[in-house]
Amino acid sequence: MSTIENSNKDWSPRIIAFFCNWCTYTASDLAGVSRLRYAPTTRVIRVMCSGRIDPEFVIEAFTQGADGILIGGCHPGDCHYSEGNYKCLRRYHLLQRVIGQMGIDQRRLRLEWISASEGKRLQEVVNEMTETLRQLGPSPIKEVVQTVIK
Amino acid sequence: MPINDEARVGFYICHCGHNIANMVDVTSVAEYAAKLPNVVLSRDYKYMCSDPGQEMILKDAEVFKLNRIVVASCSPLLHENTFRNATAKAGINQFYFQMVNIRENASWVHEDKELATVKAKDLVRAAISRVVFHKALEKKKVPVNPDVLIVGGGISGISAALNIANAGKKVYLVEKDPTIGGYMAKFDKTFPTLDCAACILTPKMSAVLKHPGITLMSYSEVAAVEGYVGNYQVKVTRKPRYIIEEKCVGCFACIDACIFKEAKFSDEFNEGLSKRKPVYIPFPQATPQVVLIDDKTCIHFKTGKCPQSCAKACDRNAFDFDQKPVTQELEVGTILLCTGFQPFDAARAPYYGYGRYPNVYTSLEVERLVNASGPTGGNVVLRDKTRPKSIGIIHCVGSRDEKTNKWCSRVCCMYSLKLAHLLKEHTDAEIYNFYIDMRTPGKGYEEFYDKLLNEGVHFIRGRVAEVSDWAINEHEKGKLVIRAEDTLIGMVRRIPVDMVVLAVGIEPGKDAQDIRRVFNISCSNEGFFLERHPKLAPVETFTDGIFIAGACQGPKDIPDSVAQAGAAAAQALALIDSGFVELEPNTAFINEELCCGCQVCINLCPYHAITFDETKSVSHINEAICKGCGTCVAACGSGAITQNLFEDQQILSEIYGLLVE
Repeated sequence: MSTIENSNKDWSPRIIAFFCNWCTYTASDLAGVSRLRYAPTTRVIRVMCSGRIDPEFVIEAFTQGADGILIGGCHPGDCHYSEGNYKCLRRYHLLQRVIGQMGIDQRRLRLEWISASEGKRLQEVVNEMTETLRQLGPSPIKEVVQTVIK
Repeated sequence: MPINDEARVGFYICHCGHNIANMVDVTSVAEYAAKLPNVVLSRDYKYMCSDPGQEMILKDAEVFKLNRIVVASCSPLLHENTFRNATAKAGINQFYFQMVNIRENASWVHEDKELATVKAKDLVRAAISRVVFHKALEKKKVPVNPDVLIVGGGISGISAALNIANAGKKVYLVEKDPTIGGYMAKFDKTFPTLDCAACILTPKMSAVLKHPGITLMSYSEVAAVEGYVGNYQVKVTRKPRYIIEEKCVGCFACIDACIFKEAKFSDEFNEGLSKRKPVYIPFPQATPQVVLIDDKTCIHFKTGKCPQSCAKACDRNAFDFDQKPVTQELEVGTILLCTGFQPFDAARAPYYGYGRYPNVYTSLEVERLVNASGPTGGNVVLRDKTRPKSIGIIHCVGSRDEKTNKWCSRVCCMYSLKLAHLLKEHTDAEIYNFYIDMRTPGKGYEEFYDKLLNEGVHFIRGRVAEVSDWAINEHEKGKLVIRAEDTLIGMVRRIPVDMVVLAVGIEPGKDAQDIRRVFNISCSNEGFFLERHPKLAPVETFTDGIFIAGACQGPKDIPDSVAQAGAAAAQALALIDSGFVELEPNTAFINEELCCGCQVCINLCPYHAITFDETKSVSHINEAICKGCGTCVAACGSGAITQNLFEDQQILSEIYGLLVE
């Protein structure tokens, strides 16, 4: 049970957001400086590059009860490390298949290219994803995994 | 979750005045954190980044024997170093610190105090469970190459180059055009002092050329940049002038001898108001004083059937029609970008008739018309050579407009006032200024506006709707009619004039996006280069060792550009004089025991930092080359690769911390 109320009436999803240091994390700082209001559903984990995001992190976050996972990286061609975002994109497609097989709705995992200047885009993406997850409801995967373990 | 019994965490939450405390219940977060595993001490304080805030960490560390510090405050991009230093001062390795961003990522973006507090608690829990797994690391010190690369030879680049070279450092100044000088070289006079632009600029241009510490590389562009702060490798491509620069003395005999007896091609320097030949020099004071051949218009390059009269006229054998682009490699420690702006394209505001009516001019064209060395020698005449008796100057063209550029370009009001004064002086015409708001902040600027008010120049407050040649009475026939609402008298006015001047705004250079990619920096939303902090680091970028100055960072006038160039030069010099830089130790390394030798990582590394050791059958990362992206770590199937500061266990404990209470 997390600190977020799990009552259905005003249930709010928990999104683990992996943001790269150079583009999307900076965009989220910009959204803050610009006082763009968005849903308080994301919990950001900063990595240097979206290429650092190990598929294991995503699977682990789902099994520990994340309702959604948002990956934010630099636009194609803009990666601070040349091409880490392309590596991330390939893993994302792989992950989509894996979570599909695990019975997780694929809309729960989202990859977005958000540059340092796109605070507004960050706001839109978080709000959109929050809305989608509200419709999908809480992720069942944590319970399923725990039942299997038992 | 594994527990580390030796970790003694000190937790601090910052109010940031009201910035955080208004939206996040800081006391309740502090109370909550106090109960988390490993937390020895939990406090809240008004301003953690202040001296007393940092002092508190120092004292507590000693009294409570802390060995880990977590601060929940603003973005780590702003104050991570501040708190790392405080941690180090407290006798704890600076990497036993973790920062929680509850300002930019919570209090500033949420409206529900309860949910924002819940989020803050989640983030704090994650940071505390992460910091336990932090390792003591040392920053690597590497020497700084004292040479500096400056890109862009406008007034900002020139000022910065002279500042740095005068301090005894070596400067490479790269300019994409055949001459340095930038836009300032096109102006006749500068506001508000009305001193002659050429008289203050050309001595500086010549000082750049003569300075033993400056290598001027004109007609050149930076093709690629590699390396890191203090040690950049830069490839500069010199475009072919078809003239051997060292041999040309600028006698212009070749221009006279060109097979084209009449100049035929649009002259870029004069904004197309005059013609030039295929062999030309942008303007007489161009620096360097070297002619060039435009291979798109030269008969030799088009047909190969030119007698090459230009080359024959050259008594120094400076011509080389076989010149090819030459790439040169430079090694520098710091880079200054002074790549400037481009004026708004007036054709994008079609309602003002630019390109449709010959007597609608851009302000830059008028700068050339009033210029003593301009296409008409300073004689202000229309395209039909007649002298205008009435002139309308339209402010804010392309600026402060939802459809084009939203920002105020900062210089247009002042240069419009300057042009009004100069046009009045040159033509004695009736001058009408159409403005939205008169923006004259600056030393002596408002006084200049006051002066103009007494010079018989008309000011009409209102955005111009359109410029047309549609006359509704005799009085308007043959004239351009400016239609605008005069908001001070509350009616629509039609002013017939002979000449319209469009005060075009400043926008990001057309190659700004390409430059940004080459130098690995970011742009802000409008496309200007993004500074590290709008107030505290206005000339730094997020890439260490790369600085920005002038209008490439945002619209600014000459004094501001020069001031910023000075600031950027000082930053570069400070870096050089410190002698070395400290690198973030976030590099990766391979545990040879675990490496299975599959070599998947080798192809993933964009820097070729990983090699395969045939004898041991394992891969090896060269930490001097590794930049710490972590792509290889995520790909290693055996879990043999570790990235410092971003270890698997650290990130996983952050995930657990966020999700498991």
